[in-house]
Amino acid sequence: MDLALQLLFTGIGIGAVYALVALGFVLIFRATNVVNFAQGEFSMVAAYLMVVFAVDLGWPYWLSFLLALAGMALLGAIFNLGVYYPLRHRTFLPVIIATIGASILLANSVLAIYGPQPQVLEGWFETPGIQLGPVYLDSQYLLIIAVTIVLVIFNYWFFEHTMLGKKLQATSQDKEMASLLGISVSTMIMITFIYSAVLGGLAGLLVAPILFVSIQMGSTIALKAFAATIIGGFGDVAGAIIGGLALGIIETFGAAYISVPYKDGFAFLVLVLFLIFRPQGIFGERVAEKA
Amino acid sequence: MSAPSENMPIAAVVPRVRPLLLRHLPYFIGAAILVALAATMRFDGYIHNILMQATTFAIAVFGLSVVLGLCGQINLAQAAFFGLGAYAVGLGTSDYHLSYWLCLAGGCVIALLAGALLGMSTLRLGGHYLAMVTISFQQIVTLVMINTIWLTHGPDGVSRIGRPDLFQSAQSYLAFCVAMLALVGYFVWHLSDTRVGRAMRAVRDNELAAGVVGIDVFRTKVSAFALSAVLGGLAGGLFAGGFAYVSPDQFSFAESVVFLTMSLLGGVASPIGSAIGTGLLILIPEWLRFLKSVPGLYLAIYGLSVILIIRYMPDGIWGFVNIATERWRAQKGAPPAAAPLQLMPATVGGDTVLEVSGLSKYFGGLKAVDGVDISVKRGGVHALIGPNGSGKTTTLNVLSGLYKATSGRILLDGTDITNMPPHPAVPIDDGVGKRGNRRRAPGQQDDRQGWRRGADRTRDGSADLRRARRASQRIDLQFFLWASAIDRNRARACRQSDLASA
Repeated sequence: MDLALQLLFTGIGIGAVYALVALGFVLIFRATNVVNFAQGEFSMVAAYLMVVFAVDLGWPYWLSFLLALAGMALLGAIFNLGVYYPLRHRTFLPVIIATIGASILLANSVLAIYGPQPQVLEGWFETPGIQLGPVYLDSQYLLIIAVTIVLVIFNYWFFEHTMLGKKLQATSQDKEMASLLGISVSTMIMITFIYSAVLGGLAGLLVAPILFVSIQMGSTIALKAFAATIIGGFGDVAGAIIGGLALGIIETFGAAYISVPYKDGFAFLVLVLFLIFRPQGIFGERVAEKA
Repeated sequence: MSAPSENMPIAAVVPRVRPLLLRHLPYFIGAAILVALAATMRFDGYIHNILMQATTFAIAVFGLSVVLGLCGQINLAQAAFFGLGAYAVGLGTSDYHLSYWLCLAGGCVIALLAGALLGMSTLRLGGHYLAMVTISFQQIVTLVMINTIWLTHGPDGVSRIGRPDLFQSAQSYLAFCVAMLALVGYFVWHLSDTRVGRAMRAVRDNELAAGVVGIDVFRTKVSAFALSAVLGGLAGGLFAGGFAYVSPDQFSFAESVVFLTMSLLGGVASPIGSAIGTGLLILIPEWLRFLKSVPGLYLAIYGLSVILIIRYMPDGIWGFVNIATERWRAQKGAPPAAAPLQLMPATVGGDTVLEVSGLSKYFGGLKAVDGVDISVKRGGVHALIGPNGSGKTTTLNVLSGLYKATSGRILLDGTDITNMPPHPAVPIDDGVGKRGNRRRAPGQQDDRQGWRRGADRTRDGSADLRRARRASQRIDLQFFLWASAIDRNRARACRQSDLASA
């Protein structure tokens, strides 16, 4: 029982990271109808930026953190201009392939610059954690959960109660109509990409002290976040978060009770099961495609 | 028995074609020369390895050209299928001392099953799912290869892989692989002109339109995907025999990306393009070996080239060459003008072809179509008019089977087709088909081929095709519903019986 509680806590912590990346997926998907396969790479690049600023240059953590997020905003903008925007009138297949190309480009550029050795990023806190009854609460996991909760609330407020958020929503629902109402669609898509890159980057920065900072972290996180979006229901913000948490818990328990080397396999197994039996996800409704 | 066609004269003006075998003879002669060269020329070991790799990779890339080029579905696990074939041959011949042929066939079957299962679970959904699921599958296969050490020897890989008795020497085995390449190449090249191939192209260009002209979209996609997996498995089996050693890192996601880049670079739509892409991407790395000293640089360049190819050369090198030659040809002389369309006024009468009674379609509380009665006599031309949103398109979509009717009955030549999905609704002798918005009509091909696919489904292809061909030259209505009725002899023509223009 104690072990189960401990695993539950860890699972929620890691699930929160998947949820953050999944949120980035969903935002870009809703705005552009394209799945951004480089979403995980955003997390990886952010973690490496943090290593550069905080470890190599020795700058203070808060400054490095802000600089890394600024770097992600820039990367999001470049990504939009270089990968999505030129292909926006083409069908989804070329766009998907281009984002896969971008993902390979990003991961391997970092590999070429930094080498294959995983980097270590210290945790954010002096105190490693708190003992609460039978459960040991690691401070980094606590931080991740707290940030995720704050971000979910912020997200809700931003999209439902600000003009910019409403414009973004309008764009993702109907681009033609939005532009008729005087919303600059290309600006909104640009903002979406920047916001998603920052979200992905944030997830990377938070998870970096737990995992090693490595080239593979991007693709691993992205695959799981994608699985999370499917489990939750594609294109649904709440679904992405629940899906991420569920996946984190499943994976942690699977690793503890079944097999450690196949830890990454559980996510995919769950993914395939959902695709076969409930492709619309937990929350999704089957939308009739209009002819 | 239906009345003969009166509104559309039919003249047999289909150009005579030479027999297939004769037209394709040059290909086989070329292939035979290549095989002979591979069997007799003396290579040093290095060149031999490059040729071996290029030959087997090209077969796997042909698989991609079927699934991606022909059918428009993505497969990011080709290296996994390649690996399944390679491990089947590797483990079978070295650990279990089975016959090479048995292992090769077994590897193909395993790849086929894996591909079909993967396709069936995913292909009803959008392409994003397929992309992610194939990546996941790729990762699982790699995990299994590394971790099930009792079966796969783990990271050490499999060595001492056997070859068939007939092709024991490296030289003869290469010749065998080149022969396989030529066979597969022929098959893939010819596939696009077969009924299945046309169905795949239709699905690629427009799934919806493909569905209404009578193609079982799901089955077509699954077969394309499974076929690509089989070719991957076959290539892997040949590869394992050629190099006598395989290890998990040869079948990683990175290799799937390499396969994808090969097929995109050469031109995904044709086997020639695939072969060009494969050759280039195997040779270029050999020339630029110094780049390999920096880990990652190589794949970074691949990633960048994928983006650039997609952006600037979407049809690959071969597509680029094709467009250039077509332009050059177009400058030299305009193609011969098509025969003018002759339409005689339709004579209305005879039996009733289409009988619709009390047809309704509700979307939740919204009554889009409510109690429609239509009766169409053979040869009749009708216009379905009404203001925006009055339900014209919905009516047509219910008739063609895209939407399920809420209530009412549709009789086509006496057969109740109310609850049939679009694809079986068409191939019964009588067909109801809809041409949707022209903007969304099959894109890369001219209308003739679009029509041809419809004609494929009615059993009398040629007469229908000629009629369709001529009709499609002129008619530019937004919606074009045709009910064709072919009599039991299946030799008579059908006609359009209902036209609706917006």
